[in-house]
Amino acid sequence: MNSTLASMVMEMGGISMKIAVLSGKGGTGKTMVSVNLAAAAQRAAYLDCDVEEPNGHLYFKPENPVEEPVSVKIPKIDHDACSGCRQCVDFCKFNALAYINKKVMVFDDVCHACGGCAIVCPERAISEWDKTIGKLLSGTSETVEVHSGFLKPGQASGVPIIKEVLAKAPGDGTLTLIDCPPGSACVVMESIKDADYCLMVAEPTLFGAHNLAMVHELVRLFEKPHGVVLNKCLEDSPNPSEVFCTEQGIPVLGEIPFDLELGAINSNGQILVRAQAHYAALFSELLLKVKEADARETAPDSQR
Amino acid sequence: MKIAIPVDENHPGTAVCASLARAPYYLIKDTVSNELTFIENTAANSQGGAGVKAAQLLVDQQIEALLTPRCGQNAAEVLTAAKMKIYKTEYPSAKENLTAFNSGLLATLNEFHAGFHGHGDGGH
Amino acid sequence: MKQLLILSGKGGTGKTTVASAFVALSKAKAFADCDVDAPNLHLILQHSDEQPVLTPYYGLQKAVIDTESCIECDLCRESCRFDAIENLKEKGGYVVEPFACEGCSVCEAICPVGAVRMHPAVAGELKLYKEGAVFSTAQLKMGSGTSGKLVSEVKKQLKEAVQVLPEAVDLAIIDGSPGIGCPVIASISGVDLVLIVAEPSVSGVSDMKRIIETARQFQTEVVVCVNKYDTNPGQTREIEKLCETLQLPFAGLIPFDGMVVEATNRGQSVVAFPCSSGKAIKEVYAKVMKLLFEGVPKRVTGFHNIPVVD
Repeated sequence: MNSTLASMVMEMGGISMKIAVLSGKGGTGKTMVSVNLAAAAQRAAYLDCDVEEPNGHLYFKPENPVEEPVSVKIPKIDHDACSGCRQCVDFCKFNALAYINKKVMVFDDVCHACGGCAIVCPERAISEWDKTIGKLLSGTSETVEVHSGFLKPGQASGVPIIKEVLAKAPGDGTLTLIDCPPGSACVVMESIKDADYCLMVAEPTLFGAHNLAMVHELVRLFEKPHGVVLNKCLEDSPNPSEVFCTEQGIPVLGEIPFDLELGAINSNGQILVRAQAHYAALFSELLLKVKEADARETAPDSQR
Repeated sequence: MKIAIPVDENHPGTAVCASLARAPYYLIKDTVSNELTFIENTAANSQGGAGVKAAQLLVDQQIEALLTPRCGQNAAEVLTAAKMKIYKTEYPSAKENLTAFNSGLLATLNEFHAGFHGHGDGGH
Repeated sequence: MKQLLILSGKGGTGKTTVASAFVALSKAKAFADCDVDAPNLHLILQHSDEQPVLTPYYGLQKAVIDTESCIECDLCRESCRFDAIENLKEKGGYVVEPFACEGCSVCEAICPVGAVRMHPAVAGELKLYKEGAVFSTAQLKMGSGTSGKLVSEVKKQLKEAVQVLPEAVDLAIIDGSPGIGCPVIASISGVDLVLIVAEPSVSGVSDMKRIIETARQFQTEVVVCVNKYDTNPGQTREIEKLCETLQLPFAGLIPFDGMVVEATNRGQSVVAFPCSSGKAIKEVYAKVMKLLFEGVPKRVTGFHNIPVVD
């Protein structure tokens, strides 16, 4: 998006462009929240960056799905040109190459596609080919544009797929929900890199608060405006995650109650906001709160 | 010929190590000179591709027979390409397995497990 | 020493709840938390003031640019396949973003003036508690690659600490990592039995299948139990049918129980309280221990008692 358009959008009241939904651990409700926020908006894009275990498409069941393979460049050896110097084997930090019976062997699944062996080979005996490591699945579900990334099991890194999924974000200011992988590892960092706002989902347990603290550290490191939505809240029960938010001055944008009916609908792969009106209201309200919070952060004079 | 066994310690009474690629040492028995030596396994601390690196190490040592409790797919691919014979160990100590091997009592290892891909950027 | 590994595929299914309950019930003298990204087991099981033995864990090396020697030829940034190098005025020139650096060392090789060097980088920390029971765990540093190797180190640390104990230990309980990637594969290696704590949901079933697939590749025996089964009896039945089809032993059903949250928040295992989930977990525990110590019967259908669930 060019700078003139960007400032126009900001003047219009800070429309949230990209919201990353994350949590310290799996199972807190990241996918439920990101899927339902996307469905509650008039129009939105949903990007599933949890490429090891994507689940969003199970809810959206996108129509007219289109698949695109994602590939990385893996070395290919010209055995005739190879002089057996073994510089490639010695160079590879990932141990993806071996020299056996006068031939260089390549181990695709261990290779990180850095291109280093091709660079160091004095005989120029190494070229590259595109190896498929996963795919993108794109389609629509009513008002939502759905893009999911899938990493083939056993592959070295999901980062190239996450990059492709993020590249699918519509560039026209459409609200985009990014469903992040759990935890705070590098795949999460990659997923939130371009986000305008980070919404952290937390459970009301000791574990939940502990895991929230970890992911909070991450969003602060990346200087992302952030807020929390408390999930599976029990009435009249102390909420360690809420306490943490108060202590740290983190805005709590909403509370989703623990609700057996909600759990049942969700665990059957249905989208709450499309199933019951009161859930539609709950998530629309949450979406509004997130937009307001982001607008407050996106003051015209803030650096982005 | 030279026989290798992944072991926990570098002395003759050592136990066999449960892992091939990350064993701290390899015991090497030279049947011609009858010498018993130990080499450090430089692949043990690799982030990833330990199987490949360990197998390369064994091939470079001109090992002809490997006695091991298990072997990963990547190591197996390297060793098979090098025409190294792989046998399954049946006893806890290295010595017992050497004796069994000499009497032709060890079976070849035919099942190779999927890699651990235990590298620092797995699922990066 | 028999090793029991508890996995779930998906996060949040109750793996740690079950693992901590098993440790409490067995009074296990050895246990480990392999969820190095977000370890939680210590919140229930480790309460003393004991300072654990800490060992830094080094991951892949990271590239560092010496801006003084740098001639700004841009070769490093151009050849970095991971977009980890940028020319930033505010940082004084060319810098490597350590979180994006994968340690390939192409930049070091390509720099014409030797201004880029690879440096050891701490990617986490191993922790070992030894008073009372041996408890091995680790914390991965934020932003590091999820590490199968660190999981292997946690298990190695456990094994080595157990070996120096005066009395033999017959059982080790390992709280595994979520997911299906390298850390899970690393946890499976060498264990005697895997208990899958399954969640009755579309995503829970999908992830469970992937775990079973992985465990099978390792020829490791698997037993399944369903947690919070009453939140979705339909999906619970699907899981039971899957176990029947695959002839996997079934260890039982655990109901959803608010007591779990309360017990957890008090830093205690749910089996310390009289409640429905505690009772169910005890039954699952009994079945699992039998399988672990007596072996899994060779594929015989009808082995398990499946309670009828509507």
